[in-house]
Amino acid sequence: MKLLQTGRWITAVGLVLLAGVYVRALAFTPVERFQGPAQKIYYVHVPSAVVSMMAMGLVGLAGILFLLLKDQRFDRFGEASAEVGTAFSVVMLTTGPIWAKPIWGTWWTWDARLTLTLFLFLLFLGYLLLRGAVTDPGLRARYSAVLGICGLVLLPFIHLSVYLFRTLHPQPIVLKPSAPSLPGEMLVTLLVSFLVFVLLYVGFVMQRYALSLLREEAAHA
Amino acid sequence: MWRHAWYLARKDLLVEFRSRTAILSAVVFTVLVLMVFNFGRDPTAVAAVDLAPSILWVTFTFAAMLALNRAFQLELENQALDGLLLAPVSRSSIYLGKLIANLVFVATVEAVGLPLFALFFNVPILHVLGPLVAVIALATVGFVAVGTLFSAMTARTRFAELLLPVLLLPFMIPPLIWAVLATAALFAGRPLSEATGWLRLLAAFDIVFVMLAFVLFPATVNE
Repeated sequence: MKLLQTGRWITAVGLVLLAGVYVRALAFTPVERFQGPAQKIYYVHVPSAVVSMMAMGLVGLAGILFLLLKDQRFDRFGEASAEVGTAFSVVMLTTGPIWAKPIWGTWWTWDARLTLTLFLFLLFLGYLLLRGAVTDPGLRARYSAVLGICGLVLLPFIHLSVYLFRTLHPQPIVLKPSAPSLPGEMLVTLLVSFLVFVLLYVGFVMQRYALSLLREEAAHA
Repeated sequence: MWRHAWYLARKDLLVEFRSRTAILSAVVFTVLVLMVFNFGRDPTAVAAVDLAPSILWVTFTFAAMLALNRAFQLELENQALDGLLLAPVSRSSIYLGKLIANLVFVATVEAVGLPLFALFFNVPILHVLGPLVAVIALATVGFVAVGTLFSAMTARTRFAELLLPVLLLPFMIPPLIWAVLATAALFAGRPLSEATGWLRLLAAFDIVFVMLAFVLFPATVNE
Protein backbone atom coordinates (compact mmCIF):
# COMPACT_ATOMS: atom_id res chain seq x y z
CA MET A 1 0.00 0.00 0.00
CA LYS A 2 1.25 3.36 -1.06
CA LEU A 3 -0.13 5.30 1.89
CA LEU A 4 1.43 2.91 4.38
CA GLN A 5 4.79 3.12 2.64
CA THR A 6 4.75 6.91 2.52
CA GLY A 7 3.71 7.03 6.17
CA ARG A 8 6.61 4.76 7.09
CA TRP A 9 9.06 6.90 5.21
CA ILE A 10 7.82 10.10 6.80
CA THR A 11 7.99 8.51 10.24
CA ALA A 12 11.52 7.24 9.59
CA VAL A 13 12.66 10.68 8.46
CA GLY A 14 10.93 12.18 11.48
CA LEU A 15 12.72 9.82 13.87
CA VAL A 16 16.11 10.57 12.33
CA LEU A 17 15.38 14.29 12.57
CA LEU A 18 14.26 13.81 16.18
CA ALA A 19 17.67 12.36 16.98
CA GLY A 20 19.14 15.36 15.19
CA VAL A 21 17.03 17.73 17.30
CA TYR A 22 18.40 16.08 20.41
CA VAL A 23 21.96 16.38 19.25
CA ARG A 24 21.30 20.04 18.70
CA ALA A 25 19.45 20.44 22.00
CA LEU A 26 22.13 18.73 24.06
CA ALA A 27 25.30 19.89 22.34
CA PHE A 28 24.56 23.09 20.49
CA THR A 29 21.92 24.84 22.58
CA PRO A 30 23.00 26.75 25.68
CA VAL A 31 22.19 25.33 29.11
CA GLU A 32 19.49 27.31 30.89
CA ARG A 33 20.96 29.35 33.74
CA PHE A 34 18.54 28.46 36.55
CA GLN A 35 17.25 25.04 35.59
CA GLY A 36 20.42 23.50 34.24
CA PRO A 37 20.26 20.36 32.09
CA ALA A 38 16.71 19.57 33.28
CA GLN A 39 15.43 22.23 30.91
CA LYS A 40 16.47 20.09 27.92
CA ILE A 41 13.30 18.06 28.27
CA TYR A 42 11.45 21.19 27.19
CA TYR A 43 12.25 20.37 23.55
CA VAL A 44 10.23 17.15 23.73
CA HIS A 45 7.61 18.22 26.20
CA VAL A 46 6.30 21.40 24.61
CA PRO A 47 6.09 20.13 21.01
CA SER A 48 4.30 16.95 22.09
CA ALA A 49 1.85 19.02 24.13
CA VAL A 50 1.11 21.32 21.20
CA VAL A 51 0.76 18.41 18.80
CA SER A 52 -1.61 16.48 21.07
CA MET A 53 -3.75 19.61 21.47
CA MET A 54 -3.77 19.96 17.71
CA ALA A 55 -4.71 16.28 17.38
CA MET A 56 -7.77 16.81 19.60
CA GLY A 57 -8.77 19.84 17.56
CA LEU A 58 -8.51 17.79 14.38
CA VAL A 59 -10.55 14.96 15.91
CA GLY A 60 -13.31 17.48 16.62
CA LEU A 61 -13.02 18.97 13.16
CA ALA A 62 -13.11 15.52 11.56
CA GLY A 63 -16.26 14.85 13.61
CA ILE A 64 -17.95 17.97 12.28
CA LEU A 65 -16.98 17.15 8.69
CA PHE A 66 -18.09 13.55 9.08
CA LEU A 67 -21.54 14.52 10.32
CA LEU A 68 -21.91 17.05 7.52
CA LEU A 69 -20.53 15.04 4.61
CA LYS A 70 -20.99 11.44 5.85
CA ASP A 71 -17.62 10.61 4.33
CA GLN A 72 -15.96 7.54 5.82
CA ARG A 73 -12.52 9.07 5.38
CA PHE A 74 -13.10 11.65 8.09
CA ASP A 75 -14.00 8.92 10.54
CA ARG A 76 -10.82 7.02 9.77
CA PHE A 77 -8.83 10.20 10.12
CA GLY A 78 -10.49 10.99 13.46
CA GLU A 79 -9.64 7.56 14.78
CA ALA A 80 -6.03 7.82 13.61
CA SER A 81 -5.66 11.32 14.98
CA ALA A 82 -7.08 10.29 18.36
CA GLU A 83 -4.74 7.34 18.71
CA VAL A 84 -1.68 9.33 17.72
CA GLY A 85 -2.83 12.18 19.96
CA THR A 86 -3.06 9.74 22.87
CA ALA A 87 0.52 8.67 22.26
CA PHE A 88 1.72 12.27 22.17
CA SER A 89 -0.21 13.17 25.30
CA VAL A 90 1.42 10.23 27.08
CA VAL A 91 4.80 11.65 26.07
CA MET A 92 3.72 15.03 27.41
CA LEU A 93 2.34 13.62 30.65
CA THR A 94 5.46 11.57 31.36
CA THR A 95 8.06 14.18 30.43
CA GLY A 96 6.20 16.84 32.43
CA PRO A 97 6.58 15.27 35.88
CA ILE A 98 10.18 14.24 35.15
CA TRP A 99 10.93 17.90 34.61
CA ALA A 100 8.69 19.11 37.41
CA LYS A 101 10.28 16.99 40.15
CA PRO A 102 13.70 18.72 40.13
CA ILE A 103 12.35 22.15 39.19
CA TRP A 104 9.09 22.50 41.13
CA GLY A 105 9.98 19.90 43.75
CA THR A 106 6.81 17.94 43.03
CA TRP A 107 5.71 15.47 40.39
CA TRP A 108 2.26 16.89 40.02
CA THR A 109 0.40 20.05 40.86
CA TRP A 110 -3.09 21.19 39.94
CA ASP A 111 -1.82 23.98 37.81
CA ALA A 112 -4.07 25.15 34.97
CA ARG A 113 -2.01 23.67 32.19
CA LEU A 114 -1.46 20.36 33.93
CA THR A 115 -5.15 19.95 34.61
CA LEU A 116 -5.98 20.84 31.04
CA THR A 117 -3.59 18.28 29.63
CA LEU A 118 -4.86 15.58 31.96
CA PHE A 119 -8.36 16.31 30.72
CA LEU A 120 -7.11 16.08 27.17
CA PHE A 121 -5.63 12.67 27.87
CA LEU A 122 -8.87 11.46 29.47
CA LEU A 123 -10.88 12.76 26.53
CA PHE A 124 -8.69 10.79 24.15
CA LEU A 125 -9.10 7.68 26.28
CA GLY A 126 -12.87 8.12 26.44
CA TYR A 127 -12.98 8.54 22.67
CA LEU A 128 -11.00 5.36 22.10
CA LEU A 129 -13.01 3.44 24.71
CA LEU A 130 -16.25 4.49 23.02
CA ARG A 131 -14.92 3.30 19.67
CA GLY A 132 -13.97 0.00 21.25
CA ALA A 133 -17.40 -0.47 22.79
CA VAL A 134 -19.46 0.04 19.63
CA THR A 135 -19.40 -2.82 17.15
CA ASP A 136 -21.49 -1.42 14.28
CA PRO A 137 -19.17 0.68 12.05
CA GLY A 138 -21.79 3.24 11.03
CA LEU A 139 -22.91 3.78 14.60
CA ARG A 140 -19.33 3.94 15.79
CA ALA A 141 -18.46 6.65 13.30
CA ARG A 142 -21.41 8.82 14.31
CA TYR A 143 -20.92 8.30 18.04
CA SER A 144 -17.27 9.14 17.94
CA ALA A 145 -17.94 12.20 15.79
CA VAL A 146 -20.41 13.44 18.41
CA LEU A 147 -17.95 12.82 21.23
CA GLY A 148 -15.11 14.47 19.31
CA ILE A 149 -17.18 17.61 18.73
CA CYS A 150 -18.18 17.75 22.40
CA GLY A 151 -14.52 17.38 23.36
CA LEU A 152 -13.56 20.22 21.10
CA VAL A 153 -16.18 22.48 22.70
CA LEU A 154 -15.20 21.38 26.20
CA LEU A 155 -11.52 22.30 25.92
CA PRO A 156 -11.98 26.10 26.12
CA PHE A 157 -14.29 25.61 29.12
CA ILE A 158 -11.74 23.54 30.98
CA HIS A 159 -9.10 26.08 30.17
CA LEU A 160 -11.29 28.89 31.40
CA SER A 161 -12.28 27.09 34.58
CA VAL A 162 -8.85 26.00 35.75
CA TYR A 163 -7.43 29.34 34.79
CA LEU A 164 -9.98 31.25 36.84
CA PHE A 165 -9.69 28.73 39.64
CA ARG A 166 -6.03 29.46 40.05
CA THR A 167 -6.16 33.19 39.60
CA LEU A 168 -8.86 33.61 42.19
CA HIS A 169 -7.17 31.33 44.67
CA PRO A 170 -3.45 32.08 44.63
CA GLN A 171 -1.28 29.06 45.29
CA PRO A 172 2.47 28.77 45.72
CA ILE A 173 3.53 30.18 42.38
CA VAL A 174 4.47 27.48 39.90
CA LEU A 175 4.46 29.05 36.51
CA LYS A 176 6.00 27.78 33.35
CA PRO A 177 8.75 29.80 31.69
CA SER A 178 7.06 31.70 28.92
CA ALA A 179 8.11 31.05 25.38
CA PRO A 180 8.58 34.55 23.92
CA SER A 181 11.41 35.39 26.33
CA LEU A 182 13.43 32.47 25.03
CA PRO A 183 16.92 33.22 23.70
CA GLY A 184 17.28 32.84 19.94
CA GLU A 185 19.18 29.55 19.90
CA MET A 186 16.70 27.85 22.22
CA LEU A 187 13.81 29.19 20.19
CA VAL A 188 15.28 27.77 16.99
CA THR A 189 15.75 24.35 18.63
CA LEU A 190 12.19 24.46 19.90
CA LEU A 191 10.74 25.41 16.53
CA VAL A 192 12.74 22.74 14.73
CA SER A 193 11.61 20.19 17.30
CA PHE A 194 8.03 21.33 16.84
CA LEU A 195 8.24 20.80 13.08
CA VAL A 196 9.73 17.35 13.62
CA PHE A 197 6.86 16.46 15.93
CA VAL A 198 4.33 17.61 13.36
CA LEU A 199 6.12 15.45 10.81
CA LEU A 200 5.96 12.48 13.16
CA TYR A 201 2.26 13.14 13.72
CA VAL A 202 1.66 13.14 9.97
CA GLY A 203 3.67 9.94 9.54
CA PHE A 204 1.91 8.14 12.37
CA VAL A 205 -1.55 9.25 11.25
CA MET A 206 -0.89 8.10 7.68
CA GLN A 207 0.18 4.69 8.90
CA ARG A 208 -2.76 4.39 11.25
CA TYR A 209 -5.14 5.49 8.51
CA ALA A 210 -3.70 2.88 6.16
CA LEU A 211 -4.11 0.32 8.90
CA SER A 212 -7.85 1.01 9.20
CA LEU A 213 -8.15 0.69 5.43
CA LEU A 214 -6.43 -2.69 5.56
CA ARG A 215 -8.65 -3.75 8.41
CA GLU A 216 -11.78 -2.81 6.51
CA GLU A 217 -10.55 -4.72 3.47
CA ALA A 218 -9.81 -7.75 5.61
CA ALA A 219 -13.27 -7.55 7.15
CA HIS A 220 -14.95 -7.46 3.74
CA ALA A 221 -12.80 -10.20 2.22
CA MET B 1 -41.97 20.30 19.05
CA TRP B 2 -42.49 21.30 22.66
CA ARG B 3 -45.77 19.46 22.76
CA HIS B 4 -44.10 16.24 21.54
CA ALA B 5 -41.24 16.71 23.96
CA TRP B 6 -43.71 17.15 26.76
CA TYR B 7 -45.60 13.98 25.79
CA LEU B 8 -42.35 12.02 25.76
CA ALA B 9 -41.25 13.38 29.10
CA ARG B 10 -44.66 12.60 30.54
CA LYS B 11 -44.46 9.06 29.25
CA ASP B 12 -41.07 8.54 30.90
CA LEU B 13 -42.18 10.10 34.15
CA LEU B 14 -45.39 8.09 34.14
CA VAL B 15 -43.42 4.86 33.73
CA GLU B 16 -41.24 6.04 36.57
CA PHE B 17 -44.12 7.04 38.76
CA ARG B 18 -45.98 3.77 38.26
CA SER B 19 -43.03 1.55 39.05
CA ARG B 20 -41.08 3.84 41.39
CA THR B 21 -38.13 1.42 41.46
CA ALA B 22 -35.53 3.69 39.85
CA ILE B 23 -36.43 6.82 41.76
CA LEU B 24 -36.57 4.96 45.07
CA SER B 25 -33.23 3.28 44.48
CA ALA B 26 -31.71 6.61 43.50
CA VAL B 27 -32.99 8.24 46.68
CA VAL B 28 -31.81 5.37 48.86
CA PHE B 29 -28.47 5.47 47.07
CA THR B 30 -28.17 9.18 47.83
CA VAL B 31 -28.85 8.59 51.51
CA LEU B 32 -26.24 5.82 51.58
CA VAL B 33 -23.60 7.98 49.90
CA LEU B 34 -24.25 10.70 52.47
CA MET B 35 -23.80 8.12 55.23
CA VAL B 36 -20.55 6.90 53.71
CA PHE B 37 -19.30 10.47 53.80
CA ASN B 38 -20.18 10.72 57.44
CA PHE B 39 -17.96 7.76 58.27
CA GLY B 40 -15.27 8.83 55.85
CA ARG B 41 -14.34 12.00 57.73
CA ASP B 42 -12.90 12.86 61.10
CA PRO B 43 -15.34 15.38 62.65
CA THR B 44 -12.75 16.56 65.17
CA ALA B 45 -10.22 17.41 62.48
CA VAL B 46 -12.30 18.92 59.69
CA ALA B 47 -15.35 21.06 60.31
CA ALA B 48 -18.45 19.84 58.50
CA VAL B 49 -18.91 23.16 56.77
CA ASP B 50 -15.48 22.89 55.13
CA LEU B 51 -16.31 19.52 53.66
CA ALA B 52 -19.95 20.26 52.97
CA PRO B 53 -19.65 21.54 49.37
CA SER B 54 -17.65 18.50 48.30
CA ILE B 55 -20.03 16.10 50.05
CA LEU B 56 -23.05 17.71 48.45
CA TRP B 57 -21.61 17.68 44.94
CA VAL B 58 -20.03 14.25 44.96
CA THR B 59 -23.37 12.85 46.14
CA PHE B 60 -25.30 14.69 43.44
CA THR B 61 -22.79 13.58 40.81
CA PHE B 62 -23.28 9.93 41.65
CA ALA B 63 -27.03 10.27 41.85
CA ALA B 64 -27.19 12.01 38.47
CA MET B 65 -25.03 9.33 36.90
CA LEU B 66 -27.41 6.68 38.16
CA ALA B 67 -30.39 8.52 36.76
CA LEU B 68 -28.78 9.10 33.37
CA ASN B 69 -27.83 5.48 32.91
CA ARG B 70 -31.49 4.67 33.24
CA ALA B 71 -32.76 7.14 30.64
CA PHE B 72 -32.18 5.14 27.47
CA GLN B 73 -31.91 1.74 29.09
CA LEU B 74 -35.64 2.07 29.46
CA GLU B 75 -36.08 2.24 25.69
CA LEU B 76 -34.02 -0.86 24.96
CA GLU B 77 -36.62 -3.28 26.24
CA ASN B 78 -38.85 -4.63 23.46
CA GLN B 79 -37.16 -2.29 20.94
CA ALA B 80 -39.06 0.63 22.37
CA LEU B 81 -36.50 2.99 20.91
CA ASP B 82 -37.28 1.83 17.37
CA GLY B 83 -40.93 2.54 18.03
CA LEU B 84 -40.03 5.96 19.30
CA LEU B 85 -37.96 6.69 16.20
CA LEU B 86 -40.77 5.52 13.92
CA ALA B 87 -43.22 7.85 15.60
CA PRO B 88 -43.85 11.08 13.67
CA VAL B 89 -41.88 13.27 16.06
CA SER B 90 -38.60 15.00 15.33
CA ARG B 91 -35.38 13.64 16.79
CA SER B 92 -34.86 16.92 18.58
CA SER B 93 -38.13 16.62 20.46
CA ILE B 94 -37.06 13.15 21.59
CA TYR B 95 -33.96 14.75 23.02
CA LEU B 96 -35.94 17.51 24.69
CA GLY B 97 -38.37 15.00 26.14
CA LYS B 98 -35.58 12.87 27.55
CA LEU B 99 -33.85 15.97 28.88
CA ILE B 100 -36.97 17.14 30.68
CA ALA B 101 -37.66 13.69 32.14
CA ASN B 102 -34.06 13.38 33.32
CA LEU B 103 -34.12 16.84 34.83
CA VAL B 104 -37.29 16.08 36.75
CA PHE B 105 -35.82 12.78 37.92
CA VAL B 106 -32.52 14.27 39.07
CA ALA B 107 -34.27 17.27 40.62
CA THR B 108 -36.47 14.94 42.66
CA VAL B 109 -33.44 13.08 43.96
CA GLU B 110 -31.73 16.36 44.76
CA ALA B 111 -34.82 17.72 46.48
CA VAL B 112 -34.73 14.74 48.82
CA GLY B 113 -30.95 14.77 49.15
CA LEU B 114 -30.54 18.43 50.04
CA PRO B 115 -32.58 18.49 53.28
CA LEU B 116 -31.01 15.20 54.36
CA PHE B 117 -27.59 16.63 53.69
CA ALA B 118 -28.43 19.68 55.82
CA LEU B 119 -29.77 17.41 58.53
CA PHE B 120 -26.90 14.91 58.60
CA PHE B 121 -24.08 17.41 58.47
CA ASN B 122 -25.76 20.18 60.39
CA VAL B 123 -25.23 22.73 57.63
CA PRO B 124 -27.55 25.74 57.84
CA ILE B 125 -28.91 26.09 54.32
CA LEU B 126 -32.11 28.02 54.92
CA HIS B 127 -30.60 31.49 54.81
CA VAL B 128 -28.90 30.76 51.45
CA LEU B 129 -31.62 28.54 50.06
CA GLY B 130 -32.49 30.73 47.07
CA PRO B 131 -28.96 31.12 45.67
CA LEU B 132 -28.13 27.51 46.56
CA VAL B 133 -31.09 26.23 44.56
CA ALA B 134 -29.97 28.44 41.67
CA VAL B 135 -26.48 26.93 41.78
CA ILE B 136 -27.85 23.39 41.93
CA ALA B 137 -30.31 24.04 39.10
CA LEU B 138 -27.71 25.57 36.80
CA ALA B 139 -25.14 22.84 37.41
CA THR B 140 -27.73 20.10 37.02
CA VAL B 141 -28.99 21.44 33.70
CA GLY B 142 -25.42 21.51 32.40
CA PHE B 143 -24.47 17.97 33.16
CA VAL B 144 -27.85 16.42 32.51
CA ALA B 145 -27.80 18.02 29.05
CA VAL B 146 -24.50 16.38 28.17
CA GLY B 147 -25.42 13.22 30.06
CA THR B 148 -28.67 12.73 28.15
CA LEU B 149 -26.78 12.97 24.87
CA PHE B 150 -24.10 10.53 26.02
CA SER B 151 -26.50 8.04 27.56
CA ALA B 152 -28.26 7.80 24.19
CA MET B 153 -24.93 6.64 22.80
CA THR B 154 -23.69 4.43 25.62
CA ALA B 155 -27.02 2.66 26.17
CA ARG B 156 -26.47 0.63 23.04
CA THR B 157 -22.87 -0.29 23.75
CA ARG B 158 -21.28 -2.96 25.84
CA PHE B 159 -20.49 -1.93 29.44
CA ALA B 160 -23.00 0.93 29.23
CA GLU B 161 -23.06 1.49 33.00
CA LEU B 162 -19.30 1.90 33.09
CA LEU B 163 -18.81 3.76 29.86
CA LEU B 164 -21.21 6.58 30.66
CA PRO B 165 -19.32 7.81 33.75
CA VAL B 166 -16.00 7.49 31.93
CA LEU B 167 -17.24 9.67 29.08
CA LEU B 168 -19.33 12.01 31.15
CA LEU B 169 -17.10 12.83 34.12
CA PRO B 170 -14.62 14.96 32.14
CA PHE B 171 -17.62 16.99 31.01
CA MET B 172 -19.08 17.21 34.50
CA ILE B 173 -15.94 18.43 36.18
CA PRO B 174 -15.90 22.04 34.93
CA PRO B 175 -19.48 22.73 36.09
CA LEU B 176 -18.73 20.83 39.29
CA ILE B 177 -15.70 23.00 40.01
CA TRP B 178 -17.79 26.15 39.62
CA ALA B 179 -20.70 24.73 41.60
CA VAL B 180 -18.43 23.67 44.47
CA LEU B 181 -16.79 27.10 44.56
CA ALA B 182 -20.14 28.88 44.50
CA THR B 183 -21.54 26.57 47.19
CA ALA B 184 -18.48 27.08 49.36
CA ALA B 185 -18.84 30.86 49.06
CA LEU B 186 -22.51 30.59 50.05
CA PHE B 187 -21.92 28.29 53.03
CA ALA B 188 -19.10 30.48 54.29
CA GLY B 189 -21.54 33.38 54.41
CA ARG B 190 -19.72 35.39 51.76
CA PRO B 191 -21.58 38.13 49.92
CA LEU B 192 -23.63 36.91 47.00
CA SER B 193 -21.48 38.82 44.53
CA GLU B 194 -18.66 36.33 45.10
CA ALA B 195 -20.79 33.54 43.68
CA THR B 196 -22.27 35.38 40.71
CA GLY B 197 -19.14 34.92 38.59
CA TRP B 198 -19.40 31.15 38.96
CA LEU B 199 -23.13 31.28 38.28
CA ARG B 200 -22.47 33.14 35.05
CA LEU B 201 -19.95 30.50 33.98
CA LEU B 202 -22.45 27.77 34.79
CA ALA B 203 -25.09 29.53 32.73
CA ALA B 204 -22.69 29.86 29.79
CA PHE B 205 -21.86 26.16 30.01
CA ASP B 206 -25.58 25.32 30.12
CA ILE B 207 -26.43 27.39 27.07
CA VAL B 208 -23.53 26.06 25.00
CA PHE B 209 -24.01 22.42 25.86
CA VAL B 210 -27.81 22.31 25.73
CA MET B 211 -27.62 23.77 22.25
CA LEU B 212 -24.78 21.50 21.18
CA ALA B 213 -26.50 18.37 22.48
CA PHE B 214 -29.74 19.48 20.83
CA VAL B 215 -27.96 19.78 17.48
CA LEU B 216 -25.92 16.60 17.84
CA PHE B 217 -28.59 14.30 19.23
CA PRO B 218 -30.14 13.34 15.86
CA ALA B 219 -26.75 11.92 14.86
CA THR B 220 -26.78 9.49 17.78
CA VAL B 221 -30.03 7.73 16.87
CA ASN B 222 -30.40 5.51 13.87
CA GLU B 223 -31.86 6.86 10.67
